Amino acid sequence: MAGTMNKMTLAKALNAGLRKAMEGDPKVLLMGEDVGKLGGVFRITDGLQKDFGEDRVIDTPLAESGIIGTAVGLAMRGYRPVCEIQFDGFVYPAYDQIVSQVAKIHFRTQGKVKMPIVIRIPFGGGIGAVEHHSESPEAQFAHTPGLKVVTCSNPVDGYWMIQQAIASDDPVIFLEPKRQYHADKADIDETADASSIQPLFTSRVVRPGADVTLLAYGPMVKTCLKAAEAAATEGRSIEVIDLRTLSPLDMGPVFESVRRTGRVVVAHEAHTNLGMGSEIAARISEQCFYSLESPVLRVGGFDTPYPPSRIEEEWLPDLDRVLDAIDRTFEF
Amino acid sequence: MSPEIGAAFGPNLVEVFGPSQADGGPELIQLLTPEGERIEHPDFSFDLDDEAVKGFYRDMMLTRRIDTEATALQRHGELGIWAQLLGQEAAQIGSGRALRPQDYVFPTYREHGVAYCRGVDPLRLLGLFRGVDQGAWDPRENNFGNYTIVIGAQTLHAAGYAMGVQRDGAVGTGDPERDTAVVAYFGDGASSQGDVNESFIFAAVNNAPVVFFLQNNQWAISEPMERQSRIPLYQRALGFGFPGVRVDGNDVLACYAVTQAALQRAREGSGPTLVEAYTYRMGAHTTTDDPTRYRLSEDLEHWKLKDPIARVEVYLKRNGLADDEFFDSVDDECEALGVTLRDGCKALPDPSALSVFDQVYEEQTEELAAQRDGYAAYRGSFESEGVA
Ligand SMILES: Cc1ncc(C[n+]2csc(CCOP(=O)(O)OP(=O)(O)O)c2C)c(N)n1
Repeated sequence: MAGTMNKMTLAKALNAGLRKAMEGDPKVLLMGEDVGKLGGVFRITDGLQKDFGEDRVIDTPLAESGIIGTAVGLAMRGYRPVCEIQFDGFVYPAYDQIVSQVAKIHFRTQGKVKMPIVIRIPFGGGIGAVEHHSESPEAQFAHTPGLKVVTCSNPVDGYWMIQQAIASDDPVIFLEPKRQYHADKADIDETADASSIQPLFTSRVVRPGADVTLLAYGPMVKTCLKAAEAAATEGRSIEVIDLRTLSPLDMGPVFESVRRTGRVVVAHEAHTNLGMGSEIAARISEQCFYSLESPVLRVGGFDTPYPPSRIEEEWLPDLDRVLDAIDRTFEF
Repeated sequence: MSPEIGAAFGPNLVEVFGPSQADGGPELIQLLTPEGERIEHPDFSFDLDDEAVKGFYRDMMLTRRIDTEATALQRHGELGIWAQLLGQEAAQIGSGRALRPQDYVFPTYREHGVAYCRGVDPLRLLGLFRGVDQGAWDPRENNFGNYTIVIGAQTLHAAGYAMGVQRDGAVGTGDPERDTAVVAYFGDGASSQGDVNESFIFAAVNNAPVVFFLQNNQWAISEPMERQSRIPLYQRALGFGFPGVRVDGNDVLACYAVTQAALQRAREGSGPTLVEAYTYRMGAHTTTDDPTRYRLSEDLEHWKLKDPIARVEVYLKRNGLADDEFFDSVDDECEALGVTLRDGCKALPDPSALSVFDQVYEEQTEELAAQRDGYAAYRGSFESEGVA
């Protein structure tokens, strides 16, 4: 059968991916606040409780530590819980369970107990929300051994990566760029052979270029692609890499690119201080020192709490700040 | 379970308490019926005069106006979002009016009526939902804490604040100007959070002067009460070692009387109380929510009959306690408030993009100051190019 293409937003793609995973494995459970009848505040689980029942799509009590803690128990009993944290800023009541239990149980038991848990977190800003609804906590999880951390930037990746994350026997923090949920549509071939899909823990060149390597993930990929387009009109060729996986990092394509371009900019919404950019810069300077024409530059959120929404667009790294950093790589 | 084992563990509590009853069950403390009849309760009485009832009516009307005006402002794009309190006016005005100036409130994000009682300028509330700040009023000005969005977190702050009150010797002195109570507001959904349960424990073991004021509006976004508890929430207090009561949250007289008694208990040094105000969220969770996805419209129709304001109006009118002039003047005040809010909201100044750098620490760090200066220079470069 020829592939049948469906146009989907990221929200719909994640929904379809979750559905596929639930159809494929009766042990897959969804749990979280308002994920049932409402389909989640972003509608990512829309219709799934109706089709799979309340035993498999669980509206939990309002307690994040409870959600993750009970997911641990369910995983020990052979289930594959997919937990939804309603917003990035509400993951912290569950932080202890994630960092001290989910992340360490495999190690503690010397591999006897697996933790095939996926923790889905809508993250990032730009939606005009009140406090705690626009944060980027990825580095806190990437810093924690025992967790894997990935993020999708577009509907096609959303559809496949969520299925791959659920299939993973390690716990995966799955970050979804909420600003993109209902933004762009893309063609998805749901009949494609899963084994032909790019593996989960790999990064990808999304725009080839020769002068500067621009690294991004999640919500910043779109901004960086636009920046590359704008730079092209000024005669600069920017290579954009969508990192996709933040722990483990897939640095192979990055090193290969940097050795050609000699210039690197890393962009993320998260605070710059000890953000993913710091680790990436360190690794590049260790591995590509002699190829570098300029220091690795970071464009990130400032080192303040996320601001009130009326000024969030000024706080968030945008096209201009990315272009400014690109310019600066030529000043050395 | 075999009968012997069953008996060994005592009665089945779910059977004892029965299924949750839409009307709140027989334990509901009520002093003014939905039909506007004053009734007696063996333990609680409303001891203010009818002028006070008229005052409550006015308070509830103005509070509702803040709410409808803010909802409209959100629809017109002037607010990012708004958390509506429609239907919860009696719970908030009744409890808010029972407070003394020295008492201290820890609110959620929906306590607009309590904020009003404490004298917080409603424009400060709008500022948070507009996104010009994060609700940066000075809590010391009105003893009204800042809105807390992380569910349940403020209940622990209330317990801690009350522990401070104890250490300051501001409990049980008999001086009505000095003895202080602390109120923690939270919702039915919040009652599941670890923080809330821990706050019960801290308040209980310290015998702290806290009133836990739980507005059970039946819904935590799309999740009904049954997703949070198998027994009436007020009953939970017993297990933590302090009393709990359920009051008709749509009855402003009962909310006042019960909160007043619970506050007095706290101020006297008798420790915490849980007050479950049984009410209903008549609006959406927030302006971004669509309740038709998860609840029946009959439910809402049923609760409309119990409207907290209508019953007071009926009571005042039927008993000839207020004339047209009174009702007209309240309406006029509401109109005027509406204008103030509409104009004031649109005039709220946006913060400067650089201001955030100066608000992070009490003692500014060199590195953050340098980041601010770098950003200022970057912004300046656009201005000098004439692009700004
Ligand atoms: C820790 C945390 N988790 C999730 C949320 C998202 N959230 C906001 S309000 C809400 C429901 C709260 O219900 P309830 O406590 O009953 O109060 P109500 O909103 O009905 O007044 C949820 C889940 C949050 N704000 N904080």
